[in-house]
Amino acid sequence: MLAYLIRRIGQALLTVAVMATIVFLAIYAVGNPVDILANPNADAKEMAEIAARLGLDRPLYEQFGLFVMNALQGDLGRSFVFNEPALKLIAQRMPATLELAFVALVFSVLIGIPLGVWAGLRPEGFAGRSIMTGSILGFSLPNFWIGLMLILLFAVELKWLPSGGRGPTTSLFGLQVSFLTWEGLRHLLLPAFTLALYKAALVVRLARAGTREAVLQDYVRFARAKGLSPRRIVLVHVLKNIMIPVVTVLGLELGSMIAFAVVTETVFAYPGMGKLLIDSIGRLDRPVIVAYLMLVVVIFVVINLVVDLVYAALDPRVRLTEAGA
Amino acid sequence: MSVAAEPRVPAAVERHESPLRRRLGEFFDRKSAYVSVALLLLLIGAAVFAPWIAPQNPYDLAQLDIMDGRLAPGATSMDGKVFRLGTDEQGRDMLSAILYGLRISLFVGIVSTVAACSVGAAIGVFAAYKGGRVESLVMRAVDLQLSFPAILIALVLLAAFGRGIDKVIIALVVVQWAYYARTVRGSALVERNRDYMEAARCLALPKSRIVFRHLLPNCLPPLIVVATVQVAHAIALEATLSFLGVGVPVTEPSLGMLIKNGYDYLMSGKYWISTYPGIALVMAIVAINMVGDRLRDVLNPRLSK
Repeated sequence: MLAYLIRRIGQALLTVAVMATIVFLAIYAVGNPVDILANPNADAKEMAEIAARLGLDRPLYEQFGLFVMNALQGDLGRSFVFNEPALKLIAQRMPATLELAFVALVFSVLIGIPLGVWAGLRPEGFAGRSIMTGSILGFSLPNFWIGLMLILLFAVELKWLPSGGRGPTTSLFGLQVSFLTWEGLRHLLLPAFTLALYKAALVVRLARAGTREAVLQDYVRFARAKGLSPRRIVLVHVLKNIMIPVVTVLGLELGSMIAFAVVTETVFAYPGMGKLLIDSIGRLDRPVIVAYLMLVVVIFVVINLVVDLVYAALDPRVRLTEAGA
Repeated sequence: MSVAAEPRVPAAVERHESPLRRRLGEFFDRKSAYVSVALLLLLIGAAVFAPWIAPQNPYDLAQLDIMDGRLAPGATSMDGKVFRLGTDEQGRDMLSAILYGLRISLFVGIVSTVAACSVGAAIGVFAAYKGGRVESLVMRAVDLQLSFPAILIALVLLAAFGRGIDKVIIALVVVQWAYYARTVRGSALVERNRDYMEAARCLALPKSRIVFRHLLPNCLPPLIVVATVQVAHAIALEATLSFLGVGVPVTEPSLGMLIKNGYDYLMSGKYWISTYPGIALVMAIVAINMVGDRLRDVLNPRLSK
């Protein structure tokens, strides 16, 4: 187990290093930030001063070396635009994105499990077929357009919900959260639902497949033979057994939800770190872009690492085959 | 021996029906197949013939009149033109803009898919044929790439490249090749141990001929299914990127760009600038997915009788 652990962590670190290099090289090929930051009337001397202040006049390898040294000390550079540490800017926006992602995760389970179980109990029925068609739509329709249509319906036409932004926040264990107040929840509803749709489509498929398998199992037949009510069989015996794959996949998908929040946050003008990324791309604020991407890479690598290690701990075959290969 | 040979006789009679025709027959077994193919052909036709069927050329500034800006669907301009789907802020007929936008969206989707499919399939089949260290290196790269969401990778690439149809296509190829490499490798692993491969090797055919004429064609069916569905994905991804402002340039708006332009007017109730391009986008994506679903049923060897 120890050998597997060391190797897996080594791979994770290598992945982070590779991604850091790619991200740095890709982003530092982007435009010239001085053009955007400088006064349009600035002369060549002023432009050179700005470039020198930002460290942009040095050769690429020097900039990269500096970036690596600073990154190892937890410093991913200062924003060109706000002149604040990039990580601090992202940290300020992070609670909003995490809250959005978690609420969306809860939504996707609340929508996906009941529909999936229903479709799994009657796969050939009209409802079952409609649910599966709906899940294909949830997978394939462009998410941002669904968000726009929800705004049009609930904010512009019906005026039930706000069209965007984040509601008032309250402090919970030092984190600024908005789901505790009614106004904050109203602001969260549409973006979280939009973000949840894609994952809900996934959960529907998992729950349906799991249910179809579970109802054929002996324990379900036995429960039926004991004379338990169908409701109890589904709620206790079937549901418990389909939750395992659902929870695993959703854990893995949390990272992609945070990444996909970029789109949702842009549609709903939601002040999370995804919106910050898009704004920073527009303003060529390289340190913020790099810091955001590095953060996401680390989140992904950590999630994958944890899942792999948990699997290896639970199932010896995983670490044995890896060691043999 | 003779008993075993007997059931083959009716098979010989059926041989007049080519596999392609049999598959086509199966494909159209369901009525929904006609609907999806008809819709898809209609959209492709509309995109190809857009310059001839669109009421105006939306990029010819001489034909636009700013006085016609933001007219509601069905409104008539001062000189008697009817705008069935309304106009945008520059007085552009939305129906024409959608037809031209569909052209760009489908073009980007199809070209990027064909390119990504060729690159991915070549790499995948090569890796499977070579085996060993080459294979594990390629598959590591595939795994690494697929563990990050496509939207983020494309976003970074386009932030680096800047806007442009060619750049969007390159970004989509980079994002998608790994799917094809993985799909092809999966089927090539099975196929490379078949007898015909052994025979080809015994004939001492050149390696490239073995890989591309013998191995690759037999890996195609799953690839076709993946590629069809991926066209829809590519179109949706391009629309998303253009909506985020990093996709196609303003001068060549795809459907996603049209939706983005309408976004600013959504709050004031001018719904048509965003809604109608979105409906065209959704129709294209749904039609492609339905065709892909049907292809999957027909080409899946486990389901065929």
